[in-house]
Amino acid sequence: MTLFRFCNCTLIRNHALVVDDLWIRHGKIIDPEKVFFDERIQADVEYDCRGVLVAPGYIDLQINGAFGHDFSSPDEASEEMLLLVAQKLTAHGVTAFVPTVVSSKPETYKAVLPKYKRRAGSAKDGATILGTHIEGPFIDEKKRGAHRTDFLRKAPNGIEDLLSCYGSFNDVSIITIAPEIPNMIETVIPELVQKYNIVVSVGHSIASLDIGERAVCAGARFITHLFNAMLPFHHRDPGLVGLLTSHRLPTTSIVHYGLIADGIHTHSAAVRLAHRVHPQGLVLVTDAVPALGLPDGTYHMGAEKILVENKRATIAGTQTLCGSIASLAECVQNMRQALLDGEISKHGEVKIDKQFIVECIDAATLHPASVLHIENQKGTLSFGADADFIFLDDKLNVLSTFIAGEQAWTVNDNWSINNLRTKNSSQ
Amino acid sequence: MRLVILKDYAEVAEWGARYIKKRIHDFNPGPGRLFVLGLPTGSTPVGVYKKLVEFVKAKELSFKYVVTFNMDEYIGLPQNHPESYHSFMWNLLFKHIDIDPNNVHILNGNAPDLNLECVQYEQAIRDAGGVELFVGGIGPDGHIAFNEPGSSLASRTRVKTLAQDTIAANARFFNNDINQVPKSALTVGVGTVMDAREVMILISGQSKAHALYMAIESGVNHMCTVSAFQNHQRFLCVCDDDATMELKVKTVRYFKGLMTVHNQLIEETGHPSLLHTEN
Repeated sequence: MTLFRFCNCTLIRNHALVVDDLWIRHGKIIDPEKVFFDERIQADVEYDCRGVLVAPGYIDLQINGAFGHDFSSPDEASEEMLLLVAQKLTAHGVTAFVPTVVSSKPETYKAVLPKYKRRAGSAKDGATILGTHIEGPFIDEKKRGAHRTDFLRKAPNGIEDLLSCYGSFNDVSIITIAPEIPNMIETVIPELVQKYNIVVSVGHSIASLDIGERAVCAGARFITHLFNAMLPFHHRDPGLVGLLTSHRLPTTSIVHYGLIADGIHTHSAAVRLAHRVHPQGLVLVTDAVPALGLPDGTYHMGAEKILVENKRATIAGTQTLCGSIASLAECVQNMRQALLDGEISKHGEVKIDKQFIVECIDAATLHPASVLHIENQKGTLSFGADADFIFLDDKLNVLSTFIAGEQAWTVNDNWSINNLRTKNSSQ
Repeated sequence: MRLVILKDYAEVAEWGARYIKKRIHDFNPGPGRLFVLGLPTGSTPVGVYKKLVEFVKAKELSFKYVVTFNMDEYIGLPQNHPESYHSFMWNLLFKHIDIDPNNVHILNGNAPDLNLECVQYEQAIRDAGGVELFVGGIGPDGHIAFNEPGSSLASRTRVKTLAQDTIAANARFFNNDINQVPKSALTVGVGTVMDAREVMILISGQSKAHALYMAIESGVNHMCTVSAFQNHQRFLCVCDDDATMELKVKTVRYFKGLMTVHNQLIEETGHPSLLHTEN
């Protein structure tokens, strides 16, 4: 099997920037020291990466559609459509994602969910499909956001109601529920977590902090788009936002939270607040609507019509925001800018910026991988991980995307793999 | 003996690296004729390796036709442990240069039969044609490799139990926890290094001053194994001012006076025949 050596990279490794080589074989990142001493061979193909910043590929845990395609639409749902989106997302540095379906009718779930199966990514097929994120319909009406009221449901029969609504839990990775709905904490969450191994996320909810804590103790480990579609922080009842500093959570695992850093859904001061308070839990998500990647106009999402104008997406005829159209790469850039803006003192600027770059990239790679318990394979450049990685310039624009060690996308010829090659002795 | 006295560690490291480079170039290794180099670990060679890597990156030196034999390795430490000598050599030298992994020899401290491993290592050195240049350092007690005080001056590659001094000196690499330091190692013998056609020992700092005194101004003594090289035809000792603190002024002045000759040893234009003078 051909042994590839990417020389001269500035790698994100162990929460720091490290100048080193990246060795790949069989679509995985390998330990060159082991190869040197145990196998006694040199690389077959070598590339000079000119010192470029190399990060793990971005992972999006909440994305409702893109490039004009709507994951919640039964008419559009198909394996080909998913493939197309997976291929096009590589231009945003995304190498793995979780197609998200908003609150819908049971018939819709049964039509669309079977089309979105977990699938390994490749240069040909685009980003890895990490299962689906079912956001709703067991959510609170007062915090439905852009979800349709007539699709919302309760679960008087516990998990049976979810199963009969969705049809099956196959290939489902994340389910967002409002924990205050009866039976959620008592039976649904524990069963989803223990029996079906599904990540339960709390969101679109009016839960108090107390209910939120009980949901986490019952097994929930993610908060859907923090700040949006939940009660605002109050100093006597912090609500779900208070989970970031709760003292009554199990110490065995941390609570992660999605954050939409599109410059619109979350004020930069709120981004800094969350980051300062609980940086390891921060997960950047796009919550992108189908218009992501398309110019201004009118598009469909679920059974709604949405209007895209000036980087904002709203339900046509209202002021209600319904998801973002910032790519995950842009979210990383926005988060970095938000952190830089918060630094009052300019002393040690370069050093602190390096630290911010690492933290923002971790928020789009290692942290989402941790939510899905796959942090040894994805979201990292550690030995043994899948070789999904991206080249970034110093402004964190994506220059090139690699999946399983092969180039899936490049911004221009300059960064085409053929122009980086310095040695080729493979058969 | 040649004693090259320089100002400080930086100069010692640079001089040592340039000497290695010049020797390899003068030897002019090629496909059937490889340059066999003996290498040490520890803090003294760190600057030397850094310089050698710079030469390789600047395309001024190639290790394509160089074979290396390291002096020693801990017993029982996993190969990929950050403090194993395999890891040390990989991180400081091998990962940055163009050496063929098949030309790299380091004793295997996890071999199922340690004595056989040592016998085979000696054979591998013979098969390679013997060591052309063996580079080493000196312990505070005057030892070379892990040939602790009391080691036979005729010794070959074998298992050695480490002296208390050595374990203490190494604790700083193991979180300052003396219990984590390995207690035994495989090491080339004094005799093994004596067989090399040339031996270069690098010595820096006042902590090594007494060892240097014992090695070159005292008699040949198995309590200070580096002293065995007084009997070698080509023993090159490179040190800095601090390391000379226990030597006689007379000794230091004599060798400092030879520096114009010594510096020609590392000039690209220096003639190789110089190696056979002043020893």
